[in-house]
Amino acid sequence: MTDRYDAIVIGAGHNGLVCAAILARSGKKVLVLEAADQVGGAARTRRFADGFSVSACAHLLYQVQPQVTGDLRVNLPLAADGLSTIALSPEGRHVRMNGARVENVADGDRAAFRDFHRRMTRFADLLQKYLNRTPPRLANGSKRDVLTLAELGLDLRRLGREEMREFLRLIGMNIYDEVEERFESPLLRGAVSLDAVLGTHLGPRSPNTILTYLYRLSGNHGRLALPAGGMGAVSEAFAQCARAQGVTIRTGMPVRRIVVENGRAAGVETANGETFASWTIVSNVDPKRTILELVGSRHVETGFTRRIANLRARGNAAKLHLALDGLPDFPGLEKKDLGERLVIAPDADYVERAFNPAKYGEVSAEPVLEITLPSFRDPSLAPTGKHVLSAVVQYAPYRLKEGWSDAARDALRDRAIDTLAAYAPDLPGRIVAAELLSPADLEAEFGMTGGHWHHAELTLDQFLFVRPVAGAAQYRMPLDGLWLCGAGTHPGGGISGACGRNAAHTILKQQKPA
Amino acid sequence: MKTYDAIVVGAGHNGLTTAAFLAKAGLDVLCLEKNDYIGGAAVSRNLYKDWIYSNCSYVCSLLRPEIFRALELHRHGLQITPYGGGVTFLQNGGYFGSYWDPEVAYREYARFSKHDADAYQRYSADTMRQTRFIREFLLRTPPDPTSFKPRDLKELAHLGRRFFEMGEDRMLETIRFWTMSVAEYLDEYFETDVIKAALSGSGIIGTALGIHSPGTAYVLLHHYMGEVDGNVGSWGYARGGMGAVSKAIAGAFQSYGGELRTDTGVEQIVVRNGRVKGVALTSGEEIDAKIVVSAMDVKRTFLKCMDEKDLPPAFYQRVKNFKIRGSSGKLNIALDGLPTFPALPKDNPLLDGDMHFIDSMERMERAYDDWKEGIWSQDPYVDMVIPTVTDPTMAPPGKHFMSCFIQYCPYRVKGQPWTDEQRQAFAQTVIDQIANYSPDFKDLILHVEIRTPEDIEREAGLSEGNIFHGELTMDQLLFNRPVPGFAQYRGPVGGLYMCASSTHPGGGVMAAPGANAAREILLDLKRNNTVPENFGDD
Repeated sequence: MTDRYDAIVIGAGHNGLVCAAILARSGKKVLVLEAADQVGGAARTRRFADGFSVSACAHLLYQVQPQVTGDLRVNLPLAADGLSTIALSPEGRHVRMNGARVENVADGDRAAFRDFHRRMTRFADLLQKYLNRTPPRLANGSKRDVLTLAELGLDLRRLGREEMREFLRLIGMNIYDEVEERFESPLLRGAVSLDAVLGTHLGPRSPNTILTYLYRLSGNHGRLALPAGGMGAVSEAFAQCARAQGVTIRTGMPVRRIVVENGRAAGVETANGETFASWTIVSNVDPKRTILELVGSRHVETGFTRRIANLRARGNAAKLHLALDGLPDFPGLEKKDLGERLVIAPDADYVERAFNPAKYGEVSAEPVLEITLPSFRDPSLAPTGKHVLSAVVQYAPYRLKEGWSDAARDALRDRAIDTLAAYAPDLPGRIVAAELLSPADLEAEFGMTGGHWHHAELTLDQFLFVRPVAGAAQYRMPLDGLWLCGAGTHPGGGISGACGRNAAHTILKQQKPA
Repeated sequence: MKTYDAIVVGAGHNGLTTAAFLAKAGLDVLCLEKNDYIGGAAVSRNLYKDWIYSNCSYVCSLLRPEIFRALELHRHGLQITPYGGGVTFLQNGGYFGSYWDPEVAYREYARFSKHDADAYQRYSADTMRQTRFIREFLLRTPPDPTSFKPRDLKELAHLGRRFFEMGEDRMLETIRFWTMSVAEYLDEYFETDVIKAALSGSGIIGTALGIHSPGTAYVLLHHYMGEVDGNVGSWGYARGGMGAVSKAIAGAFQSYGGELRTDTGVEQIVVRNGRVKGVALTSGEEIDAKIVVSAMDVKRTFLKCMDEKDLPPAFYQRVKNFKIRGSSGKLNIALDGLPTFPALPKDNPLLDGDMHFIDSMERMERAYDDWKEGIWSQDPYVDMVIPTVTDPTMAPPGKHFMSCFIQYCPYRVKGQPWTDEQRQAFAQTVIDQIANYSPDFKDLILHVEIRTPEDIEREAGLSEGNIFHGELTMDQLLFNRPVPGFAQYRGPVGGLYMCASSTHPGGGVMAAPGANAAREILLDLKRNNTVPENFGDD
């Protein structure tokens, strides 16, 4: 073995970087190994055409935990903050939303949404407190675990009787019933439904989608920000912070396997044959790849392997990138509106219908889209006068029946462009270059199993105490010396940093001499 | 004018159960039924010549044995005969059988996949463990988690203790089980599509959910937690049809001195000064009582039979939002003889059980997609039984009665009332599906009773024809059922109680809600408890 480190982090995704920075701050000698030539994992800026760059996967920030930025004293580069969401209407009567405010809907809806938002953010705040902690063990735990559980019970009671009842009722419910009961405007129903299902294998009628909605709000109440320089700049900020703490980051170093010696993790071996030794291996790679490929099932207990194999991680979202020779015209929108977040989800049934084919391994006939034109606020992403459009396209199941051939990818790209053209007729004529990344591409590109943004589906049965799997929710894997710190752990995906931060604090706590 | 101690509105099996336990405790009880027959959705009806139809519920397993014993239902003629297994017919002409004998079952699974045969043992053990956990709570009143009353705290502690006793691993598995979809749950065990499709039906029967909807794994339990003759999870026929269950409970009720009036519809539950006073009948007559117990579902009780101004507005709103969705229909068919199924040898014992015709998970889920669009499934999931193979009393010699339960069938077709053509088309869809597997079936049909959710609502009074009196989703289970804060069988008005399947533990011919409600009423009246409480699980 060449060098010995106090900790080795596999993968320089944003969670890996956050984890490394916190470990290093406590005096640990930390090495981060990244397969790609740049840091960031899926939070990366991608040059997809000459002069045009875009956030390769997630393109908006809304969930970065204040605890993380506070802990690391890092300032993220933002091109814009507090973006509105505009729910596009086929007739041009668009609905605009920002925080608790909705415009262009009936008075009843405005009030109803305000109440809905108030309640949801209140519940999200409760959730958020626990997203920034290691989930307690339910049994065999320490005194601290028992106290955390008791605190959770107390916090629930503190909501007050009626609100606690409402929380316990809502947590397993679907968003569809809520929006149908509360709102008249189909656009409002559609936009809220979309927020609840983005990045998941769930439709608005699927139970649990209130939870995914709360999850989205649990950071900054869903406040949207656009990074300056694409998402890669956010990762670079975390990397800077890690380097400043003394972390060594080596890119272009794919890890081939985790070295197991005498029944414990002892180091890693990279693809070029180099080995690095450490008694603490922290994997930012998703749980399935970490356990099944990097460790190998023969080193872990069968029951655990089975659970990991059963972990659901099949992505459902594709990413569309368009290089445009000028701003498209969306009838009904002013030019300044193009800097906001636009969504195509004209009603909740539309979203549910888009979801139906995904269950059978087919793409949506009419996809749901979340659109940004980041170059509008951030000219660095495109040549002068030109623009980029970035859109999340749903649903595009990882396990496509016909397989993700070039033809399948092109077909979805064209379908997404057609969908856009219904709202911006001049858009197809402005396209200079176009690319679509299917979940299979995302998997190949970023190494995320199933191309899933959350590394593992975000549902109640893979949440909190049971994320990623039962018996491993405390970042520690059942192989001594091995830890997880990626989106597959509590609390889950999205650019939040909470997984990396929680993991780092747990590792430090465990290593403190008793 | 006479004032009864209690009036029970609705003589379904739960209403009769509450009435029987109250009468047994010495109360002067009147039970009212709008139809000219009792039973609600547990009925035997003579609608065609000498045939008897179990025209709503059709098989029996969930009826709690403690209730059976406490009310001595055997003395009132109730006999339940277990039936064995079932079969799923495959499109390729084959079949997949489910057998009770574990060794036979193993061989049958192995015919498709050795892996699945091995997995089945794990699956059975795991599912049975979940069943055992829940069974104890069927005959207990759910605690209110927001309350600090000693009784609620004690019950919460009991629930917590039972949960913690499982050990960490199983606790976590339980959390997952309660929240996942039946498709995902089965995916964790099996690889064969046919086997998963055959097992998944129990996760969606009676619900407005698809096999991929989270929460449906739990619904499986509603089909596993029953028992016949002490065999947990087995199913049986009530001799003489499901009406025999209601008749026996009514017999017990009357033997304790209770008074039963049929053909007596209740127009309204009368409230005076914040307390129930009695009921007003559709005939105009008013009957007074100290307490009124509603055996109707919550929507019907509070939205149709009470005055909005008598109810707290927040409660009224919650009831309005209560999810109770028609998702299933029925065909009841009189047959000239036993249809043959060429996939199976003649007289195969699998024909005694339930028969299904959907052999893939995709077909199961697509059936649900149709329902979401407001139409009946074009390729429905049919749960079909021929009880007369086991119980010859329901049809003339050599003839048969067939019950087809159909999932999914909407309450209204695209929001509009059913037309007669649509009802016929719905029936034809089902008959065609069955005929694909039984060439002589169509020729044997003598009479068909078509029951859409709309029909079920009209006749049995179930809102939207929902067989469980409300969806069995997490937000409507346990202390959330029917609405948070009112899960302990007491209504929002003094002297008013709820005893039907809208309350914990939910639907199925279980009689547990009725028994639990009676216990709470007797507690409030400071009477001796006549309701069995101790759960003698194996």
